[in-house]
Amino acid sequence: MSMATATSSPPGTPAPVRETRSDRIVMICNYTALGLFTLAVLYPLVYVVSASLSDPKNVVSGKVWLWPVGLSVEAFKAIFDYDSIVSGFSNSIVYAVGGALLATALTLLAAYPLSRKGLPGKGLIMALFVFTMMFSGGLIPTYLVVDRLGLLNSRWAIVLPAALAVWNMIITRTFFQSTIPEELVEAAKVDGCTDFGFFWRIVLPLSKPIIAVNMLFYAVAQWNSWFSALIYLTNEHLFPLQLVLRQILIQNQFDPSQVRDTAELIRMKELQEQLKFSLIVIATVPPLLIYPFVQKHFVKGAMVGSLKG
Amino acid sequence: MATDTLVRRTPARTRARKAKQAVGLGTRMRRNWQLYAMLAIPLVWLAIFAYWPMYGAIIAFKDYNVVDGILGSRWVGVKHFERFVESYQFWRLLKNTLILHVYELLATFWLPILLALGLNMARRRWYRRSVQLITYAPHFISTVVVVGLIVVIVDPNSGVLNQFLALLGLGPIDVLSNPDYFRHLYVWSGAWQTMGFSAIIYLAALTSVSPELHEAAIVDGASRLRRIWHIDLPAIRPVAVILLILNIGSIMSVGFEKVLLLQNTLNLQTSEVLDTYVYKLGFASQVPQFSYAAAIGLFRSVVGLALLVLANAVARRFAKSSLW
Repeated sequence: MSMATATSSPPGTPAPVRETRSDRIVMICNYTALGLFTLAVLYPLVYVVSASLSDPKNVVSGKVWLWPVGLSVEAFKAIFDYDSIVSGFSNSIVYAVGGALLATALTLLAAYPLSRKGLPGKGLIMALFVFTMMFSGGLIPTYLVVDRLGLLNSRWAIVLPAALAVWNMIITRTFFQSTIPEELVEAAKVDGCTDFGFFWRIVLPLSKPIIAVNMLFYAVAQWNSWFSALIYLTNEHLFPLQLVLRQILIQNQFDPSQVRDTAELIRMKELQEQLKFSLIVIATVPPLLIYPFVQKHFVKGAMVGSLKG
Repeated sequence: MATDTLVRRTPARTRARKAKQAVGLGTRMRRNWQLYAMLAIPLVWLAIFAYWPMYGAIIAFKDYNVVDGILGSRWVGVKHFERFVESYQFWRLLKNTLILHVYELLATFWLPILLALGLNMARRRWYRRSVQLITYAPHFISTVVVVGLIVVIVDPNSGVLNQFLALLGLGPIDVLSNPDYFRHLYVWSGAWQTMGFSAIIYLAALTSVSPELHEAAIVDGASRLRRIWHIDLPAIRPVAVILLILNIGSIMSVGFEKVLLLQNTLNLQTSEVLDTYVYKLGFASQVPQFSYAAAIGLFRSVVGLALLVLANAVARRFAKSSLW
């Protein structure tokens, strides 16, 4: 890490007795490097938010570099007049919520039985899952399967192929193995509890953190996905937000027919450049809003020990 | 990947195992029918969306056409593989794919380790927390938005990069359409996005280090850097090795979506990789060449699997930790 001269060194507190001078220098370098790195990560995000809130003229002429110049929320208003963005937004919510519910259910159903000791055939079934992480049929054969099932151009084509991520399943299984003691299962069995009943009444209530982590991972993955929509969908009314974003942000395709009246259109042309910034903000806000709520869960244990599961 | 073998075999457990083995396999399976019933749905999903495509990959050895379907199409042996290996595209695609991912691996693999060590060393909670909160965030931003961010930042007219260069009397440069910049753009935007989140797993490994080790080392007069070298680094080595194996296994494939988004007709020279070529053959050309595209895809998968097995063997031999 670089020895930079910026001053984000910590406020002075009495150092522990054993702290030597060289240790203190290492510590100051460490705090500085962490601070600089954090600022580097933060800068593009701040820049985009500022540009989206600035006057369009100042954005095009490049006057914005850190803080908003000439406050304006025009670009955000314009978003809501652009039909495909609005429909993309609502489609993405459907895919994210629906996909997360379905995928979390499937993940729990796979992970719980595979976490139980002494289930005959467990090793084989686990191997079947894990193998798909290392080898896949590939893009074309997967497309042919979706085609064959008649899912092309339907919402199912987006949700079903992504309905289980083996990695998440392994994390969930590790969670069950470390939180549901085998003695509890046996005690419940003695009391006449079935496996279904045990899963429903005891395992699920104990697994709220892992359910939350799964929901977040799947919802964010769906919200951010665009490629499956690109190959499986041709009907624009089903497009998720990310695909619309790709057209406007990256391919620079701005479709005037999407805008309802001409006065609006002229305004939109002025705004076109700035629209990109406000779009980035709008598309990024939903995942970033949920993530701090779930953050404590994946830091606390959910990811731990998941590697060699 | 088996945790079960890690469980200590206490006498009580062994006895329990013997007792279980006395019960027949059929009986045990019947007793657990509800667990199998739960597994049924995920297994059906796995069969359809993971194993059916693997079976469908046989079209790489056929001349697929829509009318005859996968089974009915004519076998042609390794014709498509031969055609690919002999085509002028072959070496260019292989070179671009390998350079891009080896560069990515070398440039970014050690960054999360460094970040985790730094975070672990930082004692002030609020500082740690804010660094974590901010650096994890880009992980949740979509590939489309990341590329969109790159587009607006490097825009030749209004982008902040060229405004900055203009201050220095340089530029403007058109980063996106220059093949020389493509790899750097891809690798360093990836570092920006994933470095924070990838550090989590190393941090988790570091928290499992017993504080007594550090205390003992301090008593012996070890400096901070020495303690990192002799205590912290060995603690994260097994995790690092496993992540490295996984990384090598995916050298042929990862990052395809971002490559496709960053690609344009002007930077194809460095940005065309195996996966984007497969996509183009299958979906973006006038006449889709499914069999030829599937053959290239299969080639990629097989090489990826071989690299994974190889990396695992090397790791088991020399680093004494491995995936299986």
